[in-house]
Amino acid sequence: MRPEHPPEFPLAVHDLTVAYHRKPVLWDVDLNIPEGSLTGIVGPNGAGKSTLLKACLDLIPKTSGEALVYGKSYEEQRDLIAYVPQRESVDWDFPISARDVVAMGTYRKIGWFKRVGAAQKKQALEALEQVGIGHLADRQIAQLSGGQQQRVFLARALVQDAQIYFMDEPFAAVDAATEQAIIELLQSLNARGKTVLCVHHDLATVSRYFDHLVLLNMRVVASGPTAEAFTRENLQKTYGGKLNLLDDVAQALKNVGRH
Amino acid sequence: MDLDLLRETLLLERHNTRLVVIGVSLLGATAGLIGSFLLLRKQSLLGDALSHATLPGIGIAFAVMSAMGLSGKSLPGLLIGATVTGLLGVLLVLAIRRTTRLKDDAAMGIVLSVFFGLGVAILNMVQKIPGQSTAGLDSFIYGSTASMVWSDFYLIIATLIVTIAVTFLILKELTLLCFDSNFASTEGWPTLRLDVILMSLVTAVTVVGLQAVGLILIIAFLITPPTAARFWTNNLKHMLWLSTIIGGVSGYLGASISSLYNNLPAGAIIVISAAIIFLISMLFGTARGVLPRYRRHLKLQKKVGRQHLLRSTYEILENTQEEEPLKNLPIPMGLLRKHRYWSKGELSKLIRQARSEDHVERQPSGELRLSESGFGEASRITRNHRLWEMYLITHADIAPSHVDRDADMVEHLLGAEIVQQLEAELELAKATIESPHAI
Repeated sequence: MRPEHPPEFPLAVHDLTVAYHRKPVLWDVDLNIPEGSLTGIVGPNGAGKSTLLKACLDLIPKTSGEALVYGKSYEEQRDLIAYVPQRESVDWDFPISARDVVAMGTYRKIGWFKRVGAAQKKQALEALEQVGIGHLADRQIAQLSGGQQQRVFLARALVQDAQIYFMDEPFAAVDAATEQAIIELLQSLNARGKTVLCVHHDLATVSRYFDHLVLLNMRVVASGPTAEAFTRENLQKTYGGKLNLLDDVAQALKNVGRH
Repeated sequence: MDLDLLRETLLLERHNTRLVVIGVSLLGATAGLIGSFLLLRKQSLLGDALSHATLPGIGIAFAVMSAMGLSGKSLPGLLIGATVTGLLGVLLVLAIRRTTRLKDDAAMGIVLSVFFGLGVAILNMVQKIPGQSTAGLDSFIYGSTASMVWSDFYLIIATLIVTIAVTFLILKELTLLCFDSNFASTEGWPTLRLDVILMSLVTAVTVVGLQAVGLILIIAFLITPPTAARFWTNNLKHMLWLSTIIGGVSGYLGASISSLYNNLPAGAIIVISAAIIFLISMLFGTARGVLPRYRRHLKLQKKVGRQHLLRSTYEILENTQEEEPLKNLPIPMGLLRKHRYWSKGELSKLIRQARSEDHVERQPSGELRLSESGFGEASRITRNHRLWEMYLITHADIAPSHVDRDADMVEHLLGAEIVQQLEAELELAKATIESPHAI
């Protein structure tokens, strides 16, 4: 018999439950994220989207269940994963330059005690150029706009040179140019066979950006190719009682046909 | 005040204060260095809880040593007691944070005050132990440098060396921990262990500094130097150096001054010295100080005013002349004032500035005329303004009647590079551009 979570999946979540102060925020999550997919995780506020990512990355304790990266625990597979946290999760007043933040993505390879060398600095600069802000490398991070700060985080994930990218709301509160740059970057990663997992909140762009979709509201409502999972019924189940969202949903569904 | 005495103290010529002054300076340098990380890790309050929680330990250690028939005031014993309850306080904060929904500040506030209260009560009780004098135990609360001896001095040096060595070795790791601890743990860095190392160093500095600075004020010794240093630089390494130096200087000044006035508690003077350096940094700090920021703002405002004057003059010239090329004719002041609704005072201030830069000249008739360089500048500024307006209309969907205000703010910041980009974007490279709206 074929196992429930075969090891060819870059991320398989088995029966995951997470609780804060005994109040469950994620219930019995069971997922297989296919190799080479650009997966969006969509759901209302408080649905546990970020929590799902963080629990997979061992940042918060799991009440039960497990997350497997190519069939093994996350701890054994750290080198395969890059993580882009939410932009607000750090203090952008920190006295550090954009280049030095990006270089943090190389620390794991550098190891204990050793300093960041010329090779890593060059790598950091190249990553910044790739996200279109190479000329801002020496700026202190507080002097960057929100979109530029988000690009710094993406550049840091790029130097991690991973197989799977975990991104927590990379499109939140960025300008249109940055949104475009980010989606192009994700698509180019995807084209090179990388798997991208992205928490997203804008229903209008879901079908354009992602080929695989997880609809989440404390439990998995639906998971599968976007064309199959992104249906009126599933969206109503996910966004349920939040009536004010129904218009957005209707609009989003209209867009499905267009792309 | 005896000036000779002051000079001798500051120059370390007085035998009986030399040790104290050097010792407290080095202590300040250590505190400034490790305090930078405490500040960047946003755990200043935890440091405060730690220092207040040392007091019961001092009282208990005194009682225990007295009961064992030893001298109650043996320093190593007291410091061990201080460390034990200090760490206990920190652990309690962490435990409260984990098990309840209390916010950090509440948890720290509770631990801080309860431990301090407990300490005061215990100190009061041990005073009644027969055959032991508790005189001098207060110095742990308010700080006193008078009792510093060579063994204290060696302890300070050892702490300094360890702190510098650790910072040097794991600067990269500590930076990552302070900036983005979640990212650090996804990358497999032991964030808990790094936090323990950081808090151990903070504990060491706190305990070693207890006697000189006192447990109430030691937190200021840890936090004020790095906050002051931050005003001067955006670079972490520079900030660490500067904070170390500021800490050292505060300690040096504080110890010197308090040794001259025997009644002044050392901790208070040290903290006041640090606060004065902080105030100077806040006002004059080149990176984020208040005055340099204000000056940059004024400079921009001046530039904006000057550019508005030149552009208005240019626009009036365009409106009043039919044929090309535009001739540089004198303009009556009334017309200029009406053009932008300037008050008399505002306008004459702008003209004064423009005259000092040789951009305009007053005619004997009282009219205003652009100088040759002013005319060139005015034409350039007007062109930039319109380029930006065109850009807003074509690329940002703003109605022509609204762009003037928007362009007004931005045009002053346009550099040569951006102007070239705008020209390329709009496929406009003409020397003059017509306004997209009526002026």
